[in-house]
Amino acid sequence: MDGTLRIDVKGLHYKELNARLREAANGYHRIDLLNVFGQRYIGTDIRRPLEIHIYGVPGNDLGSFMDGPSIIVHGNAQDGVGNTMNSGEVIVHGHAGDILALSARGGRVFVRDGVGYRAGIHMKEYQGKRPTVVIGDTAQDFLGEYMGGGVLLVLGLGERHHARFVGTGMHGGVLYLRGEVEAHQLGKEVGVAQPDENDRKVIEGLVRDYCRYFGKDPEAILSGEFRKLFPLHLRPYGNLYAY
Amino acid sequence: MKTYLPPRFVVERDPDRCITCKGCVAQCSFGVHSYDREEDAIRSQDELCVGCHRCAIFCPTGAIRIKRAPQDYRPNANWTPEAIEDIIKQAETGGILLTGMGNDKPYRIYWDHLVLNASQVTNPSIDPLREPMELRTYLGRKPDRVELETGTLKLKTRLAPQVAIETPILFSALSYGAVSLNVHESLARAATELGTLFNTGEGGLHSKLYKYGPNTIAQVASGRFGVHPAYLQMARVLEIKIGQGAKPGIGGHLPGEKVSEDVAATRMIPRGTDALSPAPQHDIYSIEDLAQLVHALKEATNYTKPVSVKIAAVHNSAAIASGMVRAGADIIALDGLRGATGAAPKVIRDNVGIPIEMALAAVDTRLRQEGIRQQASIIVAGGIRSSADVVKAIALGADAVYIATAALIALGCTVCQQCHTGKCAWGICTTDPILSKRVNPEIGARRLANLLRAWSLEIKEMLGGMGVNAIESLRGNRLHLRAVGLTTEEMEVLGVRPAGS
Repeated sequence: MDGTLRIDVKGLHYKELNARLREAANGYHRIDLLNVFGQRYIGTDIRRPLEIHIYGVPGNDLGSFMDGPSIIVHGNAQDGVGNTMNSGEVIVHGHAGDILALSARGGRVFVRDGVGYRAGIHMKEYQGKRPTVVIGDTAQDFLGEYMGGGVLLVLGLGERHHARFVGTGMHGGVLYLRGEVEAHQLGKEVGVAQPDENDRKVIEGLVRDYCRYFGKDPEAILSGEFRKLFPLHLRPYGNLYAY
Repeated sequence: MKTYLPPRFVVERDPDRCITCKGCVAQCSFGVHSYDREEDAIRSQDELCVGCHRCAIFCPTGAIRIKRAPQDYRPNANWTPEAIEDIIKQAETGGILLTGMGNDKPYRIYWDHLVLNASQVTNPSIDPLREPMELRTYLGRKPDRVELETGTLKLKTRLAPQVAIETPILFSALSYGAVSLNVHESLARAATELGTLFNTGEGGLHSKLYKYGPNTIAQVASGRFGVHPAYLQMARVLEIKIGQGAKPGIGGHLPGEKVSEDVAATRMIPRGTDALSPAPQHDIYSIEDLAQLVHALKEATNYTKPVSVKIAAVHNSAAIASGMVRAGADIIALDGLRGATGAAPKVIRDNVGIPIEMALAAVDTRLRQEGIRQQASIIVAGGIRSSADVVKAIALGADAVYIATAALIALGCTVCQQCHTGKCAWGICTTDPILSKRVNPEIGARRLANLLRAWSLEIKEMLGGMGVNAIESLRGNRLHLRAVGLTTEEMEVLGVRPAGS
């Protein structure tokens, strides 16, 4: 059974929805979920490449612990998108809520518009696994807090960046911001630099992907000014203690 | 800066016994002993000694004695040597005092003020040598009522996942990184042999140990280290760590120097970086959020495993536990004031939290009052020292206990409280590859299995003495306990009557 399966999930409890998704995942390449209305945990416990299209608004923890599938949300998403995600991709045609990609250690998350608080918090990376998050508009406070790895790119296409405590406790990974950001908005563990040639390559690749997904003009975005935020120390709290 | 700290221990070497074999030099990871080639003698620097006894135990001729250094401060009940030395240390470093292991302060140990009952004439005791004694315990949510099919008497009610353990003692969370891989393997092997569970702690599980999954509790903490689908699938039980007894309200912090290649691979972070676990889980700010993670884990494992939630014992534990049960926790793990750790701010360890006995009694009472006690098993942790503590805990309302310090002592730990240095001379609390080899997983597992076997036998003896033949009959049966030397208020919280009444 190849091809696309369409499931109308109107009024279905998340437990039932996910059970049906699990069952269907074995037979199809693409599953369209219609009339999604706040059901949680969609995409978790599916460990194979599979395209899941969500029409409506998925609930919290979309793609949490996810390992393989691609989820395309045709609308907004709520909190916890890609929570502790291992691999796969989430593309949100709208905005997303808080704690986007919390502790993600792999995979990619693209959000067309803005996101809530604590995006990219505690992201990690190891060897080949490098989580990537691209946000079209801006993010709220605590962006990239305790970030230990991965790439966060915030394009600032809408509002200017108001977020405070950006990168507080950051000890790994890299954060690229397009647009203005003041020193007082940044955590004290963060350094600011102009992106070098390698950074530009990463940014350009991600911007082109973003534009491909959401139908935007990459040149217009790339012509903006980017900043690179990086951890000043691998061990920001190394001298906090008396041994 | 010249240190004003005096040595805490004196190393005495009997020159008649010392054969200058340099064994002590090799054994001491704190650099106390050194060989003087010119004089062909071994010197010791008392000020470096932590009192771990490794050199003394392994000296082939028994030439070394470690003694407490005589303190010559003027006696003062307020300005104790510890208070003075802590201030000196902070004046010299400007840092938070970090320490390992559990609270060593003389707070009342309630286990020692509770005595057990024994049968005499009217309800005779049972001889465990000839009668079967049941220690098997089922962890997991129990249904409010059970329905059977008429005729076949088959169970109609769908049970939540249950985990049978053959003795009500589990190994508590000890993360790989805080302890060595050989310690993890020793725990995993012993748990498998004895039919119980060990707990990964918050640092994930080394791929080599995934085969012990059926006897593993996989922890999910704020850092989410090593948490990925295969890890969740592998485990028998999943545990969300909210807090731990040694440092309630405080996050974890594995220093970069302990993040070796293998630890980095297991935690899935770059080698040498600090592994920071923030105090809160940033997706949990309420009971509703906790419920969300509980159910995310259940979804991620298709409702095949019980989910435990671990909190430190604090003032409001009973109300929190009620919320945890309503959030879907199948097991509540309570970790008390004496809970130990690889590293904690000393001021937190020694002053924050409440004794596990009080928390356990309060939680059990509250859940019973609310009619939801059966919806979650309770595991208590934090300073369980003997089988008597286990029996008293179960009589106070626990389903089972976690042990960690006792397990480490079985492996050689002498509670020298230097875990945070990563230099553990016993090869327990370290990731140094050479020191780690000092724990042989096969011998380690043997020592741990022996300990559990011994305690299990003792528990059977105590049960038999009480005229009880199954541990399940003792759970929450506080009539088997009496208090000695406690205040009315303390007895009220514990729900026990005074001895003689």
